[in-house]
Amino acid sequence: MMRGEPLVLGIESSCDETGVGIVRGTQLLTNTVSSSMDEHVRFGGVIPEIASRAHLEAFVPTLRTALDDAGVTLEDIDAIAVTAGPGLSGALMVGVSAAKALAVATGKPLYAINHLVAHVGVGMLGGTFADGLPANLGALLVSGGHTEILRIGNIASDVELLGSTIDDAAGEAYDKTARILGLGYPGGPVIDRLAREGNPKAIRFPRGLSQPKYMGTAEEPGPHRYDWSFSGLKTAVARSVEQYEAAGMEVPVADIAASFQEAVVDIITSKAVLACREHGITELLLGGGVAANRRLRELTGERCTAAGITLTVPAPSLCTDNGAMVAALGAQIIMEGRAPSGVSFGTNPSLPVTEIVLASGEDGRA
Amino acid sequence: MLLLALDTSAAATVALLRDDVVVGRFGSADTRSHAEVLAPAVQGILADAGVPGADLDGIVAGVGPGPFTGLRAGLVTARTLGFVWDVPLFGVLSLDALAFDAVAGEAVEAGSAFLVGTDARRGEVYWAAYRAAGDALPELLDGPHVGTAASLPKDQPLAGRAASLYPDDLDGLPAFTTSDPDAASLARVARLRLLAGEPLLDTAPLYLRESDAKVPGPRKRATA
Ligand SMILES: [Zn+2]
Repeated sequence: MMRGEPLVLGIESSCDETGVGIVRGTQLLTNTVSSSMDEHVRFGGVIPEIASRAHLEAFVPTLRTALDDAGVTLEDIDAIAVTAGPGLSGALMVGVSAAKALAVATGKPLYAINHLVAHVGVGMLGGTFADGLPANLGALLVSGGHTEILRIGNIASDVELLGSTIDDAAGEAYDKTARILGLGYPGGPVIDRLAREGNPKAIRFPRGLSQPKYMGTAEEPGPHRYDWSFSGLKTAVARSVEQYEAAGMEVPVADIAASFQEAVVDIITSKAVLACREHGITELLLGGGVAANRRLRELTGERCTAAGITLTVPAPSLCTDNGAMVAALGAQIIMEGRAPSGVSFGTNPSLPVTEIVLASGEDGRA
Repeated sequence: MLLLALDTSAAATVALLRDDVVVGRFGSADTRSHAEVLAPAVQGILADAGVPGADLDGIVAGVGPGPFTGLRAGLVTARTLGFVWDVPLFGVLSLDALAFDAVAGEAVEAGSAFLVGTDARRGEVYWAAYRAAGDALPELLDGPHVGTAASLPKDQPLAGRAASLYPDDLDGLPAFTTSDPDAASLARVARLRLLAGEPLLDTAPLYLRESDAKVPGPRKRATA
């Protein structure tokens, strides 16, 4: 049996980052990430097949680097955790196959865990929350792959999805808008930078799913009270650009970037804070790659303060997809006494947040 | 010589070979559950044989060509096992296993040329041309390639599942028209090469196709 806090190795491959992280309980030992982002630049977005090919080539070198960096051996490890979903199917399969091989070769127990809940797991690391995860916790996750608001009762056993995007992720909307404006990939950082020079009120872009028929009331919620939609926004940006071009005017790129960003950030934060207020959430963790966005952090902070909610944003390297978050959640699951997942489970590209750890497969070999 | 072999270029197959004896074997007809079945198969075969992974003399991986996702499941499994157990990794063209079976099954005569073909999906086959070489391993003459069944060389019999998928275009070798690459045969090919001092491949995947990604063209108009 393991003594004290478990030493857990976490594996992440749900999108374009191959991550291997190692934690001892809540102590971060390494967060090693290999990204294929550069290979997606010319396509203007993540290409699943290119990401999957990169995971295969990166896995063993990333594992080797992580072990060296943490100064531990595979014998020292108490358990392995891996992202089983949600994410890109082909990409998930590489990390899951690798994790299973690692479990078989080392004889260590394997936990198949939920990527979204793992984003909250980083709250355990790096002194993000000094005394562990607080009560009445919510998480706003914003990235190129997802946009969600979660309520966390217990990170190992009780997580609820309050709202999510019904089409594009917020980060995808940034990438598509950047492409329309000819700003390259990834779109988030460049739009955030340009937006500082523009007028966020220059153009009123639509706030998706904000009409009363979708919102309803607190007593009688509409069908998308806490959900987002960003697909209409990129069309609105394209129309706006075309109107300037048709009129023979110079396209005010900075104003469009600022107005677009304001629309995204306004609707994300207003719905997230509404969900918090209506579900007794008083502590909010902001995670995902877009958590690095200056305006998102600023407006989330303002609105949380006004609503009496304490906002916490982990270090940027813990917000983007990584293996440490998988290991951190794995450690919590182990300390809760949950059973390992065995080695015959399948990946699930649309794994719901209520499935925090997969149950052992039918044959229950491991 | 103790070899563990995995091929996931079509079905998922695993075999443990001690010298020329197949000690354990697993095969799944399902071509889309490799990430689920592979690790339990490896675990079960080694446990049944009482062989610790570190005792292996090598891990042999079929490097394709094959559908991408399944192929990767096998290769990342082989590479990870090899890393943990510190055992050498050897790559073998998956089609070599089928060619070996056709010759060993005496379906082709020594000296004669034949084809090997597997399902590449999307109306195409992965294929290669070989010559049966008596006691030696079949000699690879051409390939591997991916293409339509109609584009393959004519008048040569073909071993492999491609024959039953495209019977109008291909002349299947009886008894080999639904065959997929098998890990036990893959291990035998590797063993004979190692004994003969011949080089083997590394475990780089043979995708033969680019990813479908397209560099985006000019912006489409949002307004009519
Ligand atoms: Zn993520």
